Amino acid sequence: MKKYEFIDHTADLGLEIYGKDLKELFENAGEALFEVICDLSQVAESMKKRVVVDGEDLEQLMVTWLGELLYLHDVQGSLFKRFEIEEIGDKSLKATVYGEKFKAGHHTVKTEIKAVTYHQIKVRQEEDRWTSRVILDL
Amino acid sequence: MNQKNSIHSIEIEKIDDYRWRIPKTGKMKTDGVIYADEKMLEDIRNDQSLLQVTNVAWLPGIVGHSLAMPDIHWGYGFPIGGVAAFDLKEGVVSPGGVGYDINCGVRLMRSGLTRSDIEDKIGALVDTLFINIPSGVGGHRKDLKLNREKEKKVLLNGAEWAVNQGYGTEEDLEHIEERGCLQNADPSLVSEKALRRGAAQLGTLGSGNHFVEIGFVSDIYDQELAKALGLEEDQVTIMVHTGSRGLGHQVCDDYIRIMLQSSAKYGIELPDKQLCCAPVDSEEGRRYLGAMACAANYAFANRQVITHWVRETMEQVMKIGPKDLQLDLIYDVCHNIAKIEEHVVHGEKKKLCVHRKGATRAFPPHHPDVPGDYRLAGQPVLIPGDMGRYSYVMVGTERAFKETFGSTCHGAGRVMSRRKAVKAAKGRSIVRELKDRGITVRSVGKTTIAEEMPEAYKDVTDVVNVMHNAGIGRKVARLRPMGLIKG
Repeated sequence: MKKYEFIDHTADLGLEIYGKDLKELFENAGEALFEVICDLSQVAESMKKRVVVDGEDLEQLMVTWLGELLYLHDVQGSLFKRFEIEEIGDKSLKATVYGEKFKAGHHTVKTEIKAVTYHQIKVRQEEDRWTSRVILDL
Repeated sequence: MNQKNSIHSIEIEKIDDYRWRIPKTGKMKTDGVIYADEKMLEDIRNDQSLLQVTNVAWLPGIVGHSLAMPDIHWGYGFPIGGVAAFDLKEGVVSPGGVGYDINCGVRLMRSGLTRSDIEDKIGALVDTLFINIPSGVGGHRKDLKLNREKEKKVLLNGAEWAVNQGYGTEEDLEHIEERGCLQNADPSLVSEKALRRGAAQLGTLGSGNHFVEIGFVSDIYDQELAKALGLEEDQVTIMVHTGSRGLGHQVCDDYIRIMLQSSAKYGIELPDKQLCCAPVDSEEGRRYLGAMACAANYAFANRQVITHWVRETMEQVMKIGPKDLQLDLIYDVCHNIAKIEEHVVHGEKKKLCVHRKGATRAFPPHHPDVPGDYRLAGQPVLIPGDMGRYSYVMVGTERAFKETFGSTCHGAGRVMSRRKAVKAAKGRSIVRELKDRGITVRSVGKTTIAEEMPEAYKDVTDVVNVMHNAGIGRKVARLRPMGLIKG
């Protein structure tokens, strides 16, 4: 099964994310976000970080999860490549994420993301999988 | 003439060659009005932006029409190029009506140099700008660090803070929308996260479509107005386009989250979550406006600091002093903002909350908010185009003040998605192609230049001509790029 796809949006970029369960869906969403930002093959797993976020529902939880990862990238220059969701409910999740800090000359940043938007946000269970759509403001 | 829009079944009526109406239906509280010519309208129908114009018309307390400028395209919640004004008692304020990059805006400087003075130095100028003005991840200058106390002063005082620190002059402040400072800023309403994101990003350009561009005046459309703005043919100009960086994005994000709750609390029905809002006259509304003002002030300070470094760069490379350079600020405009302004509604003066999302204020001659030296000309309006073609300088008009709450377009607008642009650029060197057209460009981002290639944008001339012909702004001059840095 595909983990995620990028969908065209005139000014920005949409993510279509898949997972066999919620845990995998959110993990794949994290990976998709950083695939937009950088070349993940250049990123080592030398650092880990605990991330805890909440939201009113699954859709808000998706935005706050990706928003938190983006915040850590913006403030600390973190690039994450592996995401382990340890606990997830409708309103909160706990995760450990692995990666390293941005090093000029070593990493190339492909695209800077301004924000994770609520526009047309979707988190849905289909027959045998979960899907989510997220639009990023670039 | 009635034209049915088959894609979204949105009915559009022609008002005149440059104005189109979407009549109020269903839950819309007012009509939508779109400024475009017939050819543009065909493109506009291809995305969801017309639906977004109708969505904005759902919001409570909207005054006049839900407006869209000719550079309209699909945004989140509000369309980019959208203008909507709300009553202060019955109406709402929406972070999605401003956007993530609060007070993203443009400023333009004129100079005492002509094109031929810098032609052989453009490479050195661009390289030095690239060194002196940080962009890209984590890029910031060591000589500008903000501790928490200083950062809060930036949020309170905007461009004035920068001038007090020696970045620019008192005269610059006279030539910035709102003198570079929104008065209702309250830093206590800005989250810890936003403050942290802002701490290391003041004086940075950011990425995407942000730039510093050296150009020259290639065409003058109105000699008298050009003279009033201090512009003449072949004169070198410098344009800066950036906003409030991570601080503004976080403020928007924080308050969208709050307003998702308040929309339910106040019983506001939303066709899209991103349109979430609160009454202007509510605790949540006031708090957002106070935090938004902080982000707006941060953006004003950001452009002011960058301006200072542009001046230093020019002095350094041209080896001449500020008196000969005469890098004076013409004007600085916001194009993502919500402001409390006085307008005339049905013959009565009324204060309104005007949202401009990808739209520029365009106040007419004699308006008290227009700087004294432009009082007869009208407020300068700066419309950047793509990096390969040209940008425009316009002035505001009385008709804009009456019809669009004193607002006009803000830029070219994309025609190609970023991914399509990258694909179209494959196997080509956009840097080389631009060089062949006499334009030197540098960027940190590997893909930025491909994403921003000229053909990814509409021709800004079409956009500007609609506004000019509709009387919503008057063309003054056209600028052509010579060299630029991109984020």
